[in-house]
Amino acid sequence: MDFRDSPAEAEFRTRFRAWLAANNPGLPTSSTDDEYWARQAEWHTALYDAGFFGLSWPARYGGHDLPTVFDVILDEEIAAAGAPPRPSLGYLVQGISTHGSEAIKDRFLPGLISGTDRWCQGFSEPDAGSDLASLRTTATRDGDEYVINGHKIWTSYSDVADWCILLARTDPDVPKHKGLSAFAVPMRQPGIEQRPLRMINGITTEFGQVLFDGARVAAENMIGEPGEGWRLAMTIVSHEREPGELGYVARYAKTVKELEREVRADPSGFRNDQREAVAWAHVQAEMLRLHVCRRLSERLDGIEHGPGGSIDKLLMTWVEQTVGGAALSVSGARAAVDTDDVALKIYLYSRAQSVMGGTSQIQKNIIATRILDLPTA
Amino acid sequence: MDTRDSPEQAELRRAARQLARQLGPTTVPDIDDSTRTKRLAAAVRDAGWLELRDDDGDGAPLAGGVETCIVADALGAAVADVAFAGPVLAAELARRAGVPNVEGSVVAFSETLCEPLVVTGPALSSPGVAVDMAPDAHSAYVLLADDDEYRLASVAIDPPAGGADLTRSVRHAVVGHAATPLPSQARLLTDDDLVGWSALGLALTSADLVGVMRGVLDVTVEYAAERKQYGVPVGSFQAVQHLLAEARCLLEGSLSVALHASWAVDNLPPAEARAAGRVAKAYCARAARTVCETAVQVHGGIGNTWECMVHVYLRRALLSSQWFGDDGEQLREIERERLGA
Repeated sequence: MDFRDSPAEAEFRTRFRAWLAANNPGLPTSSTDDEYWARQAEWHTALYDAGFFGLSWPARYGGHDLPTVFDVILDEEIAAAGAPPRPSLGYLVQGISTHGSEAIKDRFLPGLISGTDRWCQGFSEPDAGSDLASLRTTATRDGDEYVINGHKIWTSYSDVADWCILLARTDPDVPKHKGLSAFAVPMRQPGIEQRPLRMINGITTEFGQVLFDGARVAAENMIGEPGEGWRLAMTIVSHEREPGELGYVARYAKTVKELEREVRADPSGFRNDQREAVAWAHVQAEMLRLHVCRRLSERLDGIEHGPGGSIDKLLMTWVEQTVGGAALSVSGARAAVDTDDVALKIYLYSRAQSVMGGTSQIQKNIIATRILDLPTA
Repeated sequence: MDTRDSPEQAELRRAARQLARQLGPTTVPDIDDSTRTKRLAAAVRDAGWLELRDDDGDGAPLAGGVETCIVADALGAAVADVAFAGPVLAAELARRAGVPNVEGSVVAFSETLCEPLVVTGPALSSPGVAVDMAPDAHSAYVLLADDDEYRLASVAIDPPAGGADLTRSVRHAVVGHAATPLPSQARLLTDDDLVGWSALGLALTSADLVGVMRGVLDVTVEYAAERKQYGVPVGSFQAVQHLLAEARCLLEGSLSVALHASWAVDNLPPAEARAAGRVAKAYCARAARTVCETAVQVHGGIGNTWECMVHVYLRRALLSSQWFGDDGEQLREIERERLGA
């Protein structure tokens, strides 16, 4: 057991730290400002061009073939520098890598990883949230193409996306989980209408609704076999639940650091409960950092987690909401009187973490039945 | 970075769990079975676990913080009623001071259980508490202040034993007891020694709490799958499932911080090792309280009776939480460190 950097890891850390010092774009605190989301693509490209993105992915597709633990170093240094977190698209890479043919991988992974192509994920629908398999968007074969009709929601960055990894029903005559297929759908075409959603913290550039009305996709853009859509979706959401895949550790550590700085600057200005909230947020953020170290180390010999991702997702949710609560506590009345208070936005945004990527209640169902092996009702 | 167990560590983990499971109590009456407790104590001694932090001849411990905490975790999981962390922590202090360890000795604490008892004269001016002492042992170390450094002194510890924990003893040293300096102490203990020593204490108590959580959760999940109401196992109800799922998450998070703290003991400078220990202890103490309370709740009425094992875990968690300071104490120290006075 060793939490220290190996020589190669230490070299990487030094190199990345030096690069960050010169290239930190200084974006506003993530998740609280439209500017952050608007400039995320730039940050992705900068990281990629400098050789600091997609560390554990195959070099063949633009990655670096490094062990997964290098992502821990990336996140720690990003947090220490107060830089924006790395773009979270590891779960899309995992989904395409696991289920796509060689041709699909060669065609789509390089652009996804380099950031040349922007992607979104079209899974949820207004009537298919936790019960994702009941989705009603259809893909109907028409010659060499499929025709898409339906309504997707909670589609992150849909308005800037070039591609959508879309889950649609291709066979209405089989049980609901078996009739789904996945496609890489080009987003810039007639038949697709974007309707942005405004989040409770005011952000308008993250979530969208997408209406498909006769949009078309080439049959060769199907990812996996017909009917493999559900399994692909489960691959993606299980990775979407892993903080190591998302890089959120850096976001939480950055917020905690800012809260600590604020409290330290005014020794008599904060009550004991506010100080304790910040200390507890530090403990929680440290827990997640170390938990990710452990999880990514476990992957060094290729162990995949499966339902374990649900544990990590709940831990991550508790951390985000503890940090959000601490921000609100430290801000005090300011959060109530100032519409633009950053702490207010951090707090409000944190409430989504127990819903996105599968609600906390769904995660607990998974843990209870698939990890604890408790009987089902 | 590779936080996995080495093959030797994995083997120790397996062996320690097996021994603790075999010889630890499985029912509440088992705790009074002195034949079993003697066998357990002999097995722990024969395994060499009480000497893990003894001097290897060059001033270094025979085994690392990681190995020591692997044993603590295994003993906690089985609520093993045997002295371990107490004697090991005493040996750690003796090694740092360069004195032969008095076998069976523990370190006496102040009444808050947060720090070792410091005396300034030939007798105790405030009471001391000895935690996790073998039944046949009778003396403990206290610190004798010598300018900014410390000598080790020995103080008699009285029977009887008591305390919340039914598996580890709490005994007392009363005011007025003589503190006899140990002969031939090679080095005076510095503040750095005490910081490094408390890092081990925080790591050991955190590891014990992780074990307790794992043990009580295993018992409780098994019970929830068996116990029927409305004609079905209570573990099939979401309300119960969600409590247990949360408990499982708390266990996993606790393990991650506790492993790091155990590694930090020998691999980070003392202050950083103690900071890692504080994070671990704050998290594990809060988590263990919730997990053990969940276990009592899921056991229902029987969970509130003396005969049900879950209170044995809860009681052990209460002592391990307080020993070296509970979550509130750690948070106060973290605040002082990171936010200023």
